[in-house]
Amino acid sequence: MNDDQVDHSRRHLLTAATTGVGAVGVVFAAVPFIASWQPSERAKALGAPVTIDAAKLEDGQMLKVVYRGQPVFVVRRSKAVVAALLDHNDLLADPNSNESVQPNYIKDAGPARARNPEYWVGLAVCTHLGCCPLGAFEPNNAYQLAGTDLGQNWPGGFYCPCHGSKYDISGRVFKGMPAPKNLPVPPYSFAGDARIVVGEDELPKSG
Amino acid sequence: MAAAHESAGSSKGLIGWIDQRFPLTALWRSQVSEYYAPKNFNFWYYFGSLALLVLVNQVVTGIFLAMNYKPSSVEAFASIEYIMRDVSWGWLIRYMHSTGASAFFIVIYLHMFRALLYGSHRKPRELLWIFGCLLFLVLMAEGFMGYVLPWGNMSFWGAQVITSLFGSIPVIGGGLVDWIRGDYVVADATLNRFFALHVAALPLALIFLVIAHLMALHEVGSNNPDGIDIHKHNDPQGRPLDGVPFHPYYTVKDLVGAMGFLVLFCGVIFFAPTFGGLFLESPNFEPANVLQTPPHIAPVWYFTPFYAMLRAVPSFAGTQVWGVLVMGASILVLFFVPWLDRSPVASIRYRGPIYKIMLTIFVISFTTLGLCGLKAPAGIFPTVAKVCTILYFAFFLLMPWYTRLDRAKPVPERVTGP
Amino acid sequence: MNGVLKRLLIIAALALPAGFAFAQEDEIAPLHSGTDINDIESLQRGARNFMNYCSGCHSLTYVRYHRLAQDLKIPESDLANLMFTSTKMGDGIVSAMPADAAAEWFGKTPPDLSLIARERGVDYLYSYLKGYYVDDTRPWGVNNLYLPSVAMPHALAGLQGLQKPVYKNEPDASGSARMVLVGVETLSPGALSAQEYDVFVRDIANFLDYCGEPIKAKRQSLGIFVTLFMLVGFVFAYLLKKEYWKDVH
Repeated sequence: MNDDQVDHSRRHLLTAATTGVGAVGVVFAAVPFIASWQPSERAKALGAPVTIDAAKLEDGQMLKVVYRGQPVFVVRRSKAVVAALLDHNDLLADPNSNESVQPNYIKDAGPARARNPEYWVGLAVCTHLGCCPLGAFEPNNAYQLAGTDLGQNWPGGFYCPCHGSKYDISGRVFKGMPAPKNLPVPPYSFAGDARIVVGEDELPKSG
Repeated sequence: MAAAHESAGSSKGLIGWIDQRFPLTALWRSQVSEYYAPKNFNFWYYFGSLALLVLVNQVVTGIFLAMNYKPSSVEAFASIEYIMRDVSWGWLIRYMHSTGASAFFIVIYLHMFRALLYGSHRKPRELLWIFGCLLFLVLMAEGFMGYVLPWGNMSFWGAQVITSLFGSIPVIGGGLVDWIRGDYVVADATLNRFFALHVAALPLALIFLVIAHLMALHEVGSNNPDGIDIHKHNDPQGRPLDGVPFHPYYTVKDLVGAMGFLVLFCGVIFFAPTFGGLFLESPNFEPANVLQTPPHIAPVWYFTPFYAMLRAVPSFAGTQVWGVLVMGASILVLFFVPWLDRSPVASIRYRGPIYKIMLTIFVISFTTLGLCGLKAPAGIFPTVAKVCTILYFAFFLLMPWYTRLDRAKPVPERVTGP
Repeated sequence: MNGVLKRLLIIAALALPAGFAFAQEDEIAPLHSGTDINDIESLQRGARNFMNYCSGCHSLTYVRYHRLAQDLKIPESDLANLMFTSTKMGDGIVSAMPADAAAEWFGKTPPDLSLIARERGVDYLYSYLKGYYVDDTRPWGVNNLYLPSVAMPHALAGLQGLQKPVYKNEPDASGSARMVLVGVETLSPGALSAQEYDVFVRDIANFLDYCGEPIKAKRQSLGIFVTLFMLVGFVFAYLLKKEYWKDVH
């Protein structure tokens, strides 16, 4: 093997070309393996929108469903309760929901924080450490929850038993609570008067 | 690239730092860039490196399958369909693994055939051959267990039949079968333990045996199509005149082999993954059904020659154990080939006509046994299987005589062509 | 014996299988279905036919509606018309029939058909749907040319009409006379013409072929690209090898 008979430039070119093709091949081959870690169709299906039929809910009653592994509240509210939402802004940390998590149409809905004020929909996940709050919807009812007296001025809302955070009936957190923000609201829409589709902002146009 | 002649330890930088603590450059030189292999390797010599490629494929795709597979009799079948439909690219990983399993056996059978062609089993490579036979045994166990995992109807009944074989052993048979199964029939316990063996224990055994196999090879050097020792004629520096460094010559040549293999491999994966029902069998697309055996039980194609031998041996003295023993013997006899072969020459190129005829008969009878194993034992097949079983054993058991009788040709001093 | 001859002998040995013909007694070979997995319209009709006529008893649990909508290019709103037991697009297609009740009524639970095409083949499915004939000895009054003593009634009898069996005298090995079932003939017509029914069941078979392996069409088209890429890689590797092996004499 005489070194001077070897065409080094041709060898370099061929080696580089083959290595190039090989490198592209390795990247193509890696894609399926890395992509296989993405959430599977089953995971996506389990995370699909959930339809709730709230027709039978009465005033002050609540339904709970699971959406994407988390509990969702649906509370039926009377007009009087909805009107009273303006009366206790001084108790609230964030009455205009500036800091909390919700779709734009919910923020724009003001104190009602709902597409239809008659039904409040929100994630039952306390913004402190994630516990599921309890419902206590009647105003001025001296509730005794988890060993705590909510008091005579209770406007109606939610109470988290873990560390005592209080929320009003639109999920807005009170001042001075361990919880920093209002209860989050997921995207949802109405498919009919009392059919709520949690997870869908807009339902597709259909027959 | 000119060969580097600096001694180890004088390299600078990161490599130098590593070399002072780990024989990195020394290993590279001794095993690759200064390992001299005969320059006349031909087509038959691709299959060793291809076997390594397929092993890597099985391990990598196997790991990714194990991320989504559920080894329980209730969930296993559905988890395979989950991989095929719901996991992103899961279908490709599955097909790479199932095609790889069959490819592994094609490559290994051709690899073993090359050894018989050129005498790679002979002194001083007897231990190399034995490691290879052990690899073959472990690979068969690995393939068998892997096939049970999808828990299709053939998985289940194949496992039932093969584990029942152990029941034919006198005295301990019954207890042994229950012990292997972990239950009185093939059940969830069996599936789970096969999963553990298939995914962890046997792959580790395979990897250790491959390392031992390569170490044994490098200790004595590779054989070649002429069957002669290239180290007998060296240059003044002690390098064999008929050898070339493995790198770059065989790294570059094995790359061609690998690409050619991949063209065929991808052809199967993308256009014929079931390969007409040979690689993925139709009855296995039905979940395991303890109440209904598939109309025609056969093992996967790569086991059919041995299955045919098992069926060819009739029952005698009230027991079926003879078939089991013959099937076992058909694999065990391989271990003895280095000592059965008494020819003065290694390569078929310099052997007489008897060995050529016997080897041809061996290949035809092994293939025919495979075909018989795929079919139901009816018509002419049982007789054909019996004849071919005898021919198969004749190749090995008569070898001491016909290899000595055979008229050998004079062997060259230096290698001829590939 | 040189290398080429040896190689030829081995190929010849491997080609022996071609000679072994399939010899199953009295089994009728299935008809050729002529399905095309790339014919999306056929698959759409097949999905509609299946949901309307088969899903009452048979599930396709591994097939998600949402995937069907995607692959068969059916808008989800249209697919909603075919969803009788579920409202969620991510769900699998599940029949409403309770399994144990079905076992009681039919003698056997109607099997899930997600993988039937991979298990039996698309030609078999097509032939099976065309192979029903009247048989008084059977509980439902029908039997099938391709699955003798089948437990399933002829769900499509209204569309196909009824057929009667055709026998032929084929003496057995010892020479004694024996009437063998060889085919079927129309007895009375159904709502569809023979040609319309043929398309109808071909579409169902095609659809079931899709259900068995939804990725099949994509796998084949991707395969062309991948195999070509490997060939290109092979050419480069070969040129590289040739270049380096110029050194070796």
